[in-house]
Amino acid sequence: MSRVVLDPTGERVTEKRQPLPRPSSLDGRTVALLDISKPRGDVFLDRLEQRLVEMGVRVERYRKPTFTKPAPVDLRHEIATRCELVIEALAD
Amino acid sequence: MTGTPVLPDGVVAVVKRECETCRMTAPVWPQLVAAGLAVTVFTQDDPSFPPGVAAVHDADLAVSWHYDIETVPTLLRVEGGVEKERTVGWSREQWESLTGVEGLGADLPAFRPGCGSMSVDPDLVDELRVRFGGSVLRSRRVEIADLEDEMEALFDRGWTDGLPVVPPTEARVLRMLEGTSRAPDEVVAVVPPDLVPATVEKVAINAVMAGCRPEHLPVVLTAVEAVCTDEFNMHGVLATTMPVGPVMIVNGPIRRAIGMNSGVNVLGQGNRANLAIGRALQLVVRNVGGGRPGEVDRAAHGNPGKLSFCFAEDEEGSPWEPLAEWRGAPAGADAVTIFPGEGPRCVLDQAARTPEELCNTLAACLRSVHNPKLPLGFDAILIVGPDHARLFDEAGWSRDRLVAELDARLQLPGAEIVRGAGGIAEGVPESLRDATLPKFRPGGLLIVHAGGGAGLFSAIIGGWANGATGSQPVTREIRR
Repeated sequence: MSRVVLDPTGERVTEKRQPLPRPSSLDGRTVALLDISKPRGDVFLDRLEQRLVEMGVRVERYRKPTFTKPAPVDLRHEIATRCELVIEALAD
Repeated sequence: MTGTPVLPDGVVAVVKRECETCRMTAPVWPQLVAAGLAVTVFTQDDPSFPPGVAAVHDADLAVSWHYDIETVPTLLRVEGGVEKERTVGWSREQWESLTGVEGLGADLPAFRPGCGSMSVDPDLVDELRVRFGGSVLRSRRVEIADLEDEMEALFDRGWTDGLPVVPPTEARVLRMLEGTSRAPDEVVAVVPPDLVPATVEKVAINAVMAGCRPEHLPVVLTAVEAVCTDEFNMHGVLATTMPVGPVMIVNGPIRRAIGMNSGVNVLGQGNRANLAIGRALQLVVRNVGGGRPGEVDRAAHGNPGKLSFCFAEDEEGSPWEPLAEWRGAPAGADAVTIFPGEGPRCVLDQAARTPEELCNTLAACLRSVHNPKLPLGFDAILIVGPDHARLFDEAGWSRDRLVAELDARLQLPGAEIVRGAGGIAEGVPESLRDATLPKFRPGGLLIVHAGGGAGLFSAIIGGWANGATGSQPVTREIRR
């Protein structure tokens, strides 16, 4: 029997990217608050928005259509274009 | 890697000494040469055979393989390198017609069948397929070191589900690909979570590893297509903290043709087709899609069916049409239905003597799916065992009637299911106290007939977040 086997994986070649450095301050930044549509995610994000606005930070609210699927590409693009930070409410 | 050899013009024959018919026809060759024909005889096993003609040894069986020689002797007439005519075995009439020479083998019987060609010898065919067909395989070759144990090597590379797998050698994968007419490089689906295109070849590799036979492959390919749809949402089924995985139900004549189990111990161990097909699907998700437990698979508990959960419906003993047909597939079609399911649980009722009594028990148990106070959010499969189904059959209840009767018993009063009711915090918002909500959405209860012939039991498989939010069951016809 041959000792050569075929690779069962997708044989992906992935590109490694470094995350952007964490900003030292939120001054002048726009923060996206992303609700993934889990129950009560809005409660958490409402409170965060309140706190951030009190600090003078600009906030934009976004919502995934469903928590069970990855965010649609248009939504990801919009967030990336308009905001510099994202806070995501992950769980209920 | 060997290309297709070019055949010389004239009369071309393929023979082997071991074949009695080939030996019997040996006197014919000098006759054909004497008649002035260009004669080329390829001999499979002995270059000195047949005597009296310049035989060419088809030592690597390239001619035999590429020209699909199944029987020796085979006689061809070739013009401009192209086969124009073929006859197999010995038939004086056909040999004379093909060569245009009269009086061939006057002392021989008029007809004698040939023997099997070495190129279809079961002991050789795997090696030949690799030699001549291996170039169709595009996957990376991974060499296993002499001192590595084959099974351990595959485990070490992270390619298994925790149990040993069959090493996917070229020979085994090529044999697996014989199970479908689809090209190895055809893309079957884009597999979550990494969204990697899975070719027929990649699915075949994982099917080999799972222990499938080639005739199982079309079912696996269809299952991969079905789970990789937006409706089924394999990404979510994998990523959820709930214990679900894809559950496959197979309908149609293919169930019997490939030996699937729909009877005794239908959800248990012991049937290769059921287990290997379900396992192959999961290995594709793991290896091609990159869906591994602890990574994108976040299940809090999972369930043993995430190794493999695949079974056939007992159509022959069923009072109802096949599940796939009920869900819209053509009657008699081979089809796969995929459902995001948890592990099965038993429903026991040995006392019911009317369909209404049995229906009451089934409804009471179905109500408990995930939480008896949660309506609408989850689908379920109800597997009705033959002993239970008999009651419905005798009363003439159709599948639709049973669904309707269950639905009528599963209308949940808001007062019973609001948060806090019954001392249980879980439930629907207080605002729904005066509403009545069904346990299952329309179409959310799938009824299947399966199980052993003795035992007054049924089984329930709870689902996952349903509808556009989560996952829809998907039924697909099987393509060969």
